[in-house]
Amino acid sequence: MNQNLLRAVEERHVKSDLPDFGPGDTLRVQVKVVEGNRERVQAFEGTCTARSNAGLSQTFTVRRVAQGIGIERTFLLHSPRLERIEVRRQGKVRRAKLYYLRGRIGSKALRIKEKGS
Amino acid sequence: MPTVNGLLGRKVGMTTIFTDAGNAVPVTVIECGPCSVVQRKTVEKDGYEAVQLGLGELKASRRDNKVARGATGRRGRGEANKPARGHFEKNGGATPMRHLAEFRLSGEGDEPAAGSSLTVDAMFKAGDAIQVQGTSKGRGFAGVMKRHNFSGQGASHGAKIHRKAASGGATDPARTFPGARRPGHMGAELVTQRGLKVVEVDAGRNLLVVNGAVPGAPGGLLRIEKAT
Repeated sequence: MNQNLLRAVEERHVKSDLPDFGPGDTLRVQVKVVEGNRERVQAFEGTCTARSNAGLSQTFTVRRVAQGIGIERTFLLHSPRLERIEVRRQGKVRRAKLYYLRGRIGSKALRIKEKGS
Repeated sequence: MPTVNGLLGRKVGMTTIFTDAGNAVPVTVIECGPCSVVQRKTVEKDGYEAVQLGLGELKASRRDNKVARGATGRRGRGEANKPARGHFEKNGGATPMRHLAEFRLSGEGDEPAAGSSLTVDAMFKAGDAIQVQGTSKGRGFAGVMKRHNFSGQGASHGAKIHRKAASGGATDPARTFPGARRPGHMGAELVTQRGLKVVEVDAGRNLLVVNGAVPGAPGGLLRIEKAT
């Protein structure tokens, strides 16, 4: 019963229109950025390296390599600041967490086989 | 006219919710009330002004209902025994309640009528400052590192002592002063968490959503009061 009451509070915040994606997929995340009193949408594109399942506070991590420097951003999946998540490419991976990409250099850092290939 | 400024509730658990601005807020969900007004304490009779509130109904004793019970004949936890029933009958014959607590009368507002039920939406609204009192989780017999945040000693460099208290004090008085922090029982004590804020009130489900953490484990009894 307790758990149901918790779910009742969370219900209103849960997003239902989320795409199905997992580690290895290439994502384009549209993030709302507030600059002063202006709001605009910024895109962050990269490889999903991890998902952490924790109900409403579920997060996912997106990694991209920009100018030779690896950048990882972790987003709250159900955050209203996330406008949209697009799945660009589905990757074929054998791990749940792709932390091994952090140690890679050069073109190997980006190499993930596409699903179905 | 002073009124009651608190309710009893049960901790449901913690979660994260989002504000309209998109910020994630850690919240505790409390199943708060409805609390019935059981007894009115007066200066003339009791020496002070207060109202006794009750939470959670008790069943009538099975012995009085002539229901067969097991070999032990033990009265169940959810049943009202004779002294408890007597207390409720004396004060207007309300349904016996499992948990009772007194609240002093303060502030402005109408005093609740005897036997009436106080709900969370009538008492609190989003943005209110509150304080929550509850019994903290018991830690048993805890060492000084957990209990008093001592630093302990090194893990390496040949150390054979790691988590003990190093010194009991100065050597000159040739004794330890009273009140020295030692290992011992920790937790399971009354803790008041002040400065909490109401994020949301769900009148239909009697839920109070509070910003931050409150003492105790899920299911624990809480006393929620407006901040003074």
